[in-house]
Amino acid sequence: MTTLLTPSAFEPRGKRPPPDRKPRMRLWSARHAALMERLYARFEASIVALSPLFARIGYARLERPVATLEAGVKGFLFDCRMCGDCVLSKTGMSCPMNCPKGMRNGPCGGVRADGHCEVYAEMPCVWVKAYEGSLAMQGGRAIAEVLPPLNHARKGSSTWLRLARERAKADA
Amino acid sequence: MTPLIRPHPHDIGHDPAAPLVDLPGHSSRGRLERVLRRGEFAVTAELSPPDSADADDVRKAAQAFEGWVDGINATDGSGAHCHMSSVAVCAILTRIGYSPVLQISCRDYNRIAIQGAVLGAAALDVGNVLCLTGDGVQCGDHPEAKPVFDLDSISLLSVIRMMRDESRFLSGRRLTTPPRVFIGAAENPFAPPYDFRVLRLAKKIAAGAQFVQTQYCFDLPLFRRFMAQARDMGLDRQCFILVGVGPIASARSARWMRANVAGVHIPDTVIARLEGAADPRAEGKRICVEMIQALREEPGVAGVHVMAYRQSQYVAEIVNESGVLRGRAPWRRDFVPNMQPVESLEAG
Repeated sequence: MTTLLTPSAFEPRGKRPPPDRKPRMRLWSARHAALMERLYARFEASIVALSPLFARIGYARLERPVATLEAGVKGFLFDCRMCGDCVLSKTGMSCPMNCPKGMRNGPCGGVRADGHCEVYAEMPCVWVKAYEGSLAMQGGRAIAEVLPPLNHARKGSSTWLRLARERAKADA
Repeated sequence: MTPLIRPHPHDIGHDPAAPLVDLPGHSSRGRLERVLRRGEFAVTAELSPPDSADADDVRKAAQAFEGWVDGINATDGSGAHCHMSSVAVCAILTRIGYSPVLQISCRDYNRIAIQGAVLGAAALDVGNVLCLTGDGVQCGDHPEAKPVFDLDSISLLSVIRMMRDESRFLSGRRLTTPPRVFIGAAENPFAPPYDFRVLRLAKKIAAGAQFVQTQYCFDLPLFRRFMAQARDMGLDRQCFILVGVGPIASARSARWMRANVAGVHIPDTVIARLEGAADPRAEGKRICVEMIQALREEPGVAGVHVMAYRQSQYVAEIVNESGVLRGRAPWRRDFVPNMQPVESLEAG
């Protein structure tokens, strides 16, 4: 296995996946995908309910603090890379941006026989975990949906606020 | 059965380099799509682009396959190693009359470059495009390169289908002439998560894949399991499945491939067979021929894709020995009608 000389494969730049020895919250989260799904359903309902308040304060003013909070919470739980277009509920609660190829629609063909990553032999494949997570989830079949190309212009922005705004607009 | 020497009339133009006549219901004007849609067992082969700027190197490499294959895949920086571009190789091949398959790897280009390359290739009469994510840069000769991965193979499929069917770029901007391409994808039934693989094939079909070429198949039971799942979902009727095969030169190279080439699965039984053989190279070819014959009998398999890395001189021999063409003759240059093909061939 050659050493990867390009930490830029990951976003944010230089942030490599933690080594296998350390306990990793993101593997725990994917293992408990069913629990995460239930928690998220409740959380989503509450941020949508809060959207009138967000509108009053102003989404632009909220963007920085909420994005920081979101990066902290999802960073802890999922090693979130703040792609700005969160699809965790469609990827078995395993963040696809931890894949060095940024695969958002399924595993690549290079997954090792032991279920580890082609690029980082020490890291379990994000999509092997995603598939296991999806099997435990009520809405796990969403893993079969074809996701469009990632909008890189959204990088770093809060998915929570965008969701609150979009849902509020759709309901209105 | 008398051998059919003359190819199907739809497969010959008035001049080898001219585009073929349009057929209703076809996405492309390429020969590969015609062969598959007629229900014939197709054979494609992989060409390794040269490390040179000489078009003759490409012509020579392609000649080894002439008359034995229905499509020639020009790899795109395979194994993250730099070689002549797939677009250029395909364009050189279409000038002669071959049916190349353009390979696009998301590792090296963003959506702007990819869409431009698809238009350019289609303008140069390339009729087939294979959408790949690509190996990571770490396994190639430029591990310090920036991996792009702007799209993944599945979103790439949807982008090219949008260009072809809706005549639009991903941005929504109109195309004046859409690319007429037959869209393909890769699949690896031999890598985990095994049960997800067939679902991923379904996703690729939903995103636009009309044919698939798989990773090397050395494990028939594992492939049959995948194929049974695919048939249950009706996937074999929604796309043409071409299975990857290839000769291995020795037990040593089999072990090397297994350890160093991403996604290649070679069972111990195959390695033991190579190890026990007096002539490993001949045994490797024998294994390949047997695999092709077994795949020919598997329901839902539309063809084989021969990847003979550094052994391309044996492709014709392997296809011939396997007998999968059953007397059918894929296109050759001497089939030009005004050269009286039938007489000259029967005389020879």
